[in-house]
Amino acid sequence: MRIGVVTFPGSLDDVDARRAVSIAGAQAVPLWHGDHDLKGVDAVVLPGGFSYGDYLRCGAIARFAPVMTEIVTAARDGLPVLGICNGFQILCESHLLPGALIRNDHRKFGCLDQVVRIENDSTAWTNSYTAGQEITIVLKNGEGSYVADQHTLDLLEAEGRVVARYVGNPNGSQRAIAGVTNEAGNVVGLMPHPEHAVEDLTGPGTEGLGFFASVIGALQRA
Amino acid sequence: MARVVVDVMPKPEILDPQGKAVQGALPRLGFEGVSEVRQGKRFELELEGEATEERMAQVHEMASTLLSNPVIEDYAVRVLS
Repeated sequence: MRIGVVTFPGSLDDVDARRAVSIAGAQAVPLWHGDHDLKGVDAVVLPGGFSYGDYLRCGAIARFAPVMTEIVTAARDGLPVLGICNGFQILCESHLLPGALIRNDHRKFGCLDQVVRIENDSTAWTNSYTAGQEITIVLKNGEGSYVADQHTLDLLEAEGRVVARYVGNPNGSQRAIAGVTNEAGNVVGLMPHPEHAVEDLTGPGTEGLGFFASVIGALQRA
Repeated sequence: MARVVVDVMPKPEILDPQGKAVQGALPRLGFEGVSEVRQGKRFELELEGEATEERMAQVHEMASTLLSNPVIEDYAVRVLS
């Protein structure tokens, strides 16, 4: 099982994401933003950070990176893609996911252990959890407030596409949304960081590992 | 040569924390009576040649695909000179 992790200029969490992939039992494959090649990976993680310095808008420039052209096409054909934090922003800018992420309502960069409730346990990235399960992972962002128009929010709720919700609302996200998925359930965007919660030594626990275990399980069953 | 301006503003229904921060700072400096501040971006594009209908259509495309995010922002295009 080979899972690609993209490095953009300004990515911060690509190494942690690769480490999480390895700990979960898959082979982590580094992908470069300037490449037109996905190296035959079975899934892709877009990591957190500040791609291209977050110039213009978070994720706005990364969306046009050569590797993203490949990822957008492959995602529409069913490739599992997980965007974490800046990766979530890139997926929204790429129109693979609805909505957008704007500055936290309290205007401060938040960095904390965050309890998140898994709402949808049938996506490629959440099937090892149980709906309603509360997990503690890491939240660290300045622009993590999820917004979309009311119609889109109602649609997401009705179709069960809210993947995870904050317990409490740390950044003013509409309906406390922490993560959403596309219609097919192969593309997931998540503002908090599961890859920082995969080892007891360095994180709040290991409850983030399930995202990576989920996709490995989904790929093995496919 | 033509200079074209693209103004990008957060949509009215979208919270603008930066504008709110500016508004909050004004009274501290002694400026009273400002009931709202919205912060946007202004892009100035120097076009090669004239601002023809075709070129302006391209500017609108730039504005809607890269310069603004239609989910959270509105844009307006005008020719300066």
